[in-house]
Order: sequence, then structure tokens, then C-alpha cells
Amino acid sequence: MAAFDIVGKGVPRTDARAKATGSATYTDDIKLPGMLHGRLLRSPVAHARILNIDTSRAKALPGVKSVITGADIPPVRYGNWRLFPNLQDEYALARDKVRFIGDEVAAVAAVDRDTAEEALGLISVEYEELPAVFDVDAAMRRGAPLVHDEVEGNVSLDRKIRYGDVESAFKEADYVRKDTFTVQAVSHAYLEPCSSVAQCDQDGRITLWTSTQVPYIVQCLLASTLKMRENDIRVIKPTVGGGFGGKMELRPWEFCAAFMARSTGKPVKFTLTRREELATGRRRHPMKLISKVGFKKDGTLLAKDLKILLDGGAYNAMGPTATFLCGNFGAMLYRYPAYRFLGLHVYTNKPPASAMRGFGAPQSLFASETQMNLAAEELGIDPIDLRLKNAQVPGDEIPDVATISSCGFRECLENVAVMSDWKKKRKSKKKGYGVGIGCYSFISGGVFNWFNTQYAFSTAEVRAFADGTVHLLTMASDIGQGSDTVLKQILAEELGLAMQDIRLTTADTAMTPQADLGTWGSRVTLMAGNAVIDAARQIKEQLFGAVSARFNLNVIYDLECKGGRVQAVGKPERGVSFGEAVAMVQKTNRGKALVVRGSYTPRRKGLVTPAFSFGAQVAEVQVDQRTGLVDVKNMWTAHDCGTVINSKSVEGQLEGSLHMGLGYALSEQLVMDGGVTVNDTFLDYKIPTALDMPHGVSACVPTYEPEGPMGAKEAGEGMVSPTAPAIADAVHRATGYRCMDLPITPEKILSGMKNKG
Amino acid sequence: MEQASEKGLLAVRLMVNGASREARIRPGETLLEMLRNRLGLKGTKCGCEIGECGACTVVMDGVAVNSCMVLAAQAEGARVTTVEGLARDGRLHPLQEAFLELGAVQCGFCTPGMLMSALALLEIRPRPTRDEVARAIAGNLCRCTGYQMVVDSIMKAAEVMNA
Repeated sequence: MAAFDIVGKGVPRTDARAKATGSATYTDDIKLPGMLHGRLLRSPVAHARILNIDTSRAKALPGVKSVITGADIPPVRYGNWRLFPNLQDEYALARDKVRFIGDEVAAVAAVDRDTAEEALGLISVEYEELPAVFDVDAAMRRGAPLVHDEVEGNVSLDRKIRYGDVESAFKEADYVRKDTFTVQAVSHAYLEPCSSVAQCDQDGRITLWTSTQVPYIVQCLLASTLKMRENDIRVIKPTVGGGFGGKMELRPWEFCAAFMARSTGKPVKFTLTRREELATGRRRHPMKLISKVGFKKDGTLLAKDLKILLDGGAYNAMGPTATFLCGNFGAMLYRYPAYRFLGLHVYTNKPPASAMRGFGAPQSLFASETQMNLAAEELGIDPIDLRLKNAQVPGDEIPDVATISSCGFRECLENVAVMSDWKKKRKSKKKGYGVGIGCYSFISGGVFNWFNTQYAFSTAEVRAFADGTVHLLTMASDIGQGSDTVLKQILAEELGLAMQDIRLTTADTAMTPQADLGTWGSRVTLMAGNAVIDAARQIKEQLFGAVSARFNLNVIYDLECKGGRVQAVGKPERGVSFGEAVAMVQKTNRGKALVVRGSYTPRRKGLVTPAFSFGAQVAEVQVDQRTGLVDVKNMWTAHDCGTVINSKSVEGQLEGSLHMGLGYALSEQLVMDGGVTVNDTFLDYKIPTALDMPHGVSACVPTYEPEGPMGAKEAGEGMVSPTAPAIADAVHRATGYRCMDLPITPEKILSGMKNKG
Repeated sequence: MEQASEKGLLAVRLMVNGASREARIRPGETLLEMLRNRLGLKGTKCGCEIGECGACTVVMDGVAVNSCMVLAAQAEGARVTTVEGLARDGRLHPLQEAFLELGAVQCGFCTPGMLMSALALLEIRPRPTRDEVARAIAGNLCRCTGYQMVVDSIMKAAEVMNA
């Protein structure tokens, strides 16, 4: 394995200083001259036909500059799944029907926010209420009301995976079990509420600053919904205060800001309130998972039959991808000789679910990991031993779906057992005490081109200068995860430069090269990283040519970029500084700038991802026998993320995952009363605080991913998955209560303990 | 939050980051709105507007407060420190240095509020325990870091400041 100078180090984030001094600019910090403030009118009912909207009183309010409804905008449906237009099911503002409480009905732009808010109250909408459906069973019942009139049975999409002979495998099995699991909706709860500012220039072109993970997708969908050309829309991503999957689509306020900026000639800003975010915002899919597995007596897995019903809410959003992925994750971690999956994405009259950290994995793995623990118990095999017996190894194939290249799963299991002193702690009979295990596998970006982009998946432009610096331009989007720093590190490493030699411009669709699909599914390090390396190697080719000519080097000599120089390997005196080498290339090319473009698109990598990461986690809990309160004492994690590019960032991602996984396990749930999200404040929606965090220890299992940049792959997204099953398993050891429906609340524990005895 | 009309405004005078400032505010305006929109101090963030997330924390007369829960008028005559007041003459405060060095900053939206809660704590408890630090920032929600590196950073800063 290569030794690195910058890669692998805990290099401080390049944006941390601006963020810690208050000078980083987030979208809501932008204030333009004459800027108007927008607010959205949302549906108060879960399902209704819109009979009439009267905006005349709102328009007459002094200070109001524009009021628009669905009737004022082009009737263009949009959605991220551009490859299948029938899945694009949203209008920026409702036209015929509203489908959930919070569905956007009208927008106001006024001289200030209070006036805009007041105007919302002056819009009168006549609704004809319709019967509604609030869960997957009700939605799929024969004769159920249709959320979208054209989608029979409310199933917008199904996904099937099948390999091996499932039926005969179950016949051969010594032990078969079937379980049903349910998981709840949770919020991304990023700290920065969504915000967008749009401005229209003299030529009618639009610039949109927006808190997004996907500037290129927003640009394209905004162009189609406004009936403009893509190049007439410029989307800029300022500093973003977290996304976690919640900011990866075109959203109505982005459209309304752009539309109203064009119609009023003034800049327009929309910033959501926290209540809007929690009550109407995107969320992780609630799911019902029915899983049947078969084993031999000795614990060898023979087959799995998995059916998952995704409660998608009122629109598809990123639900189709979650449907694909949860079926894929059901087949991961262990070798299933026979596997069958059916996933159904079901419409309900609730706020749409979409992508959220883990993208189908937290739900799917809660079920499959809990089921492994149940099976281990009944087979009388230690749950880690059962996993080791069936663990996937490098080279394993999931027919038609994926091939696993690097894989350190076995090592993760072995390591976590040692780190946690598993064998000893698992035997403990201490009252209310238990340890439990959960594991994960995750993707490093997606392969399936649902957006139907005609560009490479990631692109990087590198400009080299005679002063010894370079400029990296990429549409890759740092939303807080630290990709700006990681991409700089990769480029600095490849070109033998220092971090401060690199200027970086990112995520501006008019200035950075087309295109990049954005930040989701842990794709940025691998895909944008590979694009950066591709560009760097093209630069090096030219520099090496110039230096080779200058020193009349024999063609068998190898050259390198190192320590700010371009030189023959082992003969540094036959070389020049990086800047001199750039100048030599420019002279050779009679003044042409040294500018190259690199790109990456995964090819021959199946349907899911170019690379999988793995990990195992052990939780240690103490449960109060009287109150049912769970105190998570320790979490041990061993994970395989390939080469670590930035050790500090990987550690930070793991600790953040632990926070989100802990909330998913114990305290977070968007509580629904019919179509109403009841807990729409942080007082009632409980994300863990600094006082709730367990002590965490983690270890990296070294592997090298051949498809990744310098051997790297995903880190920190998949890790959100094992926490809930690990804690659930520990709680079972502590109390006898086995959680099959997240979250694990004190009420459920107490009643579970009572039923037990 | 931002208001176009200038009618019926009240004058408020206070010390912000060591300088005397005056702003003209609406009677119902919050300290957060005044800092961001009247005084241009955008470093203080707005995450919920109802005192639940801590992103807008500033130090007012030595106490960490949610600036969205304080009326601007209540700040008349007060001494207020915001994130912009931490660094002096281009030199970062030890808290900021530690946040950078130890990885306490990810998306950064909670960072200014975290720093202010930490500042108020270290004023009264120069040598806090980890538990006291966690308690002091329990009102500052963070979705990225899992808080560990934030606590590490505050402990480190305390050490540096006591040295």
C-alpha cells in the first residue's frame, strides 16, 4: 500500500475557521437590495379537492408584491426520477388536489416576512374534503381512496429481486422463522432550516442560492418547471447547515423564489420555520417488513424471503430509490444462496418520506439484524459466531445486482468482539444489564441513473498555474460532511502540493464543470474523488513530459510530483518546482493555459454501487427496572471504510452516526395522528443532547477498495444502521423484551417485561 | 424577520462585542432579529425561533441566552457577546482554536451557539468536568458531531486558558 503525505491525516477542515468565526455565509445570511420575503400557504387538510382559491384580499394588502397559486405556474410535474416520467408526481403548487397536511397551495412575496405571513391568512381556499389513508394497510385495501387518481391501489412502484431456489431452500432448512417488523418516521433535523434566494438578471436569467445537496438536479428541474433552458438557470450552493438526505430534491420554495423573482423583478427569499420542517418536511420512510429466513441446524443460512411495504406519504420523492436499496440491503452482510425480495412503495396522505442517512438501510437492517439475533438465540449459537459463519467475503456476488470487492466484515466482527470483551459481557447475569450486536453494510454512491443525466456522474476541472498553485473546480457539494477538505487532500496528495496551494470553487452550476449528481448515498469521496484523480493524472502527464524533455530523461525513468516539485523518482536533482514545470508546459503550448477535466462514471459495477463498506457494533446498556429507561453506557464499533482520507472527518462521521442511530433507537419518532404530525417542535421531537451520548470507541479495519480513490470508500452513513438493532438486542438481554417495532420506549419495555413474567 | 417599514421604531442602545451600538427596532423584535438584521451580525444563527435548539445563543451580561427568546428592548444597556466578538485582532479565541484543531466543526450551523455556551461556562467554571461541559451545552442541539469532539474542544480550551 502506498505511503501518503496528506491522505490519512486528520487535516483540519478548510471551512472550519469561517464557521467558527461566524463569517461563513449560509443562504439565510444573504440579503440583496430590494429583496422580498416569501411564505407558503399549506394545506390544513390531508386529502381534498381544491374547488376555488381567492387571493384578492391578500393581493390588496399593502406591501404584498405577488401572490401565486397552482393556476399561475406552468403545469409541469417534476421529481428526481427523471428516467421514468410517470414517477414524477409533484407540482410546485397544488393544482387539482392537496394530498397531505402541509401540501403547498399558494405563495406570497412581500416587503417583509410579517406582511407575507399576514397575507397568507387573507387567502381563502375552498376544499372538498376526501377520504384519506394514513398507513400502508389502509392504502392497499380494496376500494381505498386513491392518493393519485391514476395510481391504482396506491402502489406507485414495485421492485423485485430473485435468485436461487427459495422454495426448495426453505424445504431443506432445519429451522425457519418469519417475523414482522415496523419502523417509525424520523426527521433529518438538520440544524439549518431550508432557505432559498432567487434573483433574475436583465436578460431574464435566474440565479438561485439555495440550501441544497444537489445543485445540478435543482438546476435541471427548475429549468423544466419554469420552461426555461438549463443554462439560463444558475444554482449556487452557499454553506449548508446539514442535509442528511433532506435537501436532495427540487422543492416548492426554490421554484417559487425563482418564479416570483422573475415576475416581480426583485430578489425573493424563502426561509422555512422549524415547525414547517418538522410538521411537513421530508422524513425517513416508516416501513413494515415481513422477513422469513431458513437455516441449517449448524447455523448455515439457506434462504431469505423479504417483503417490505414503504409508507411513502403523498409523493414519490426519493422513495423509489429507497425501495430499491432496502431490498439490496436485505441481501447484504450474509451469504444467502437463495433470496427473494418484493418492495412496494405505497402512497398515503402524509408528508412524503424521502432519502435520509442510510437510504433504506436503517429500516432493512433493523429487521435483518434483529432476526439474526432471534435466530442465534433459538439455534443456541452465539450471535457473533452465527454471523461469522455466514459473513460475506471479498468476491461474493449478488446475482445481477452487485459484486463485492473489498470487504473486511469478518475482521470487523472479530475486532468488535475483542474490543467489547463480548464473550465475557454477554454472559453477565447482572439485573437490567446487557450487551447486544448489530452490523451494517453500505454503498459508496449509486450506479442506477434514475436522474437520467447525460453527463459523467462526477467531474473535476483542474487549472495549474506557474506560481505553483492549482484551482480545483467541481460541482461536488459540501453540506457539512467535509468533502471540500477531502477533495483538496486527494488533489494535494496526487500533485505533491500543500493544502494551501489549492484554490477551490464548488457547487455553482455556472462556474463549475457539468456535472455532479450531488451529495447522497455516500457518493462524493468515491466519485468526485475519482474525478479529481483523473484530472490530476492528466496534469501530471503534461508536467512529466515537459520535465522529461528538459532533462533529456531516458524513457524508462519514472517521474513524480512530490513536495512541490516535479522530478525523476530517486533523482530529485533532475526536476523543477511545480510552478516551473507548469510554465514549461505553457511555453511548449505557446501560452495555452494548463487546464484539464477529469470525470468518473461507474461502469460494469452492477445495479447498486461501485463499492460496499462494512461494520459491526456492540451496545452495552443498563435498563432501569422500574422506569424502563435505557442508559446506553458504551458503544464499540469496528468498521471497514477502505483507505481513510481524513481521519478526523471519519471519526466525526462515526460519532454523528452514533447520535442519529441512538435517536432512531430510543427517542425519535414523528408521532402521527391521522395526517397530523403531532410533535413539531424540538421540545417534543427528541434528538439526543450532549447528555444522552454514550461513550464510544471505534476501530478501522484496514482494507483497500480497488474502485475507490486511493482505496477509499463510504464512511459514516451506513454506521447509522447497526445502532438500533444493537441496542434492541442489549435491551433484550437486560429485560427479556425484544423490540420488533422501533423506537424502544420505556412503555414498551415495561409492558414487555410484565408480559414476560 | 426582516422588516421594511420604518414607522414606530424604538431606539435601543447596548454594548455589542465591546463596542457601543444603537439600533432602531420594532417593539416585538427579538435580540436575534436585531443582531442579524439591524446590526449585520449574521454569525448568530436562527434554527427554531422558539428557544429549543440553541443555535442563536449569545452571552448577555455574562449569561448564555437564546437570543430568539430575548426581546431586543430587554437588551437596553446590556453587554452582549456574539461569535464575531470572540477573535481579537485577527487572533482566534482558544475555544475557536480548539474547535478547529479537534474537529468540533462539521456543518457549522450550531457552532456559534456552542461557542457562546462554552464561553459563558468557562467564565464561571474555568476548570469544568466533562459532565459540566455536557450540561452547559445540553441546550445546544447538534446533528452532525455527536458532541464528543465539541466536549473535547471545550476541555482543551479550558486547559489552554488556565495555562
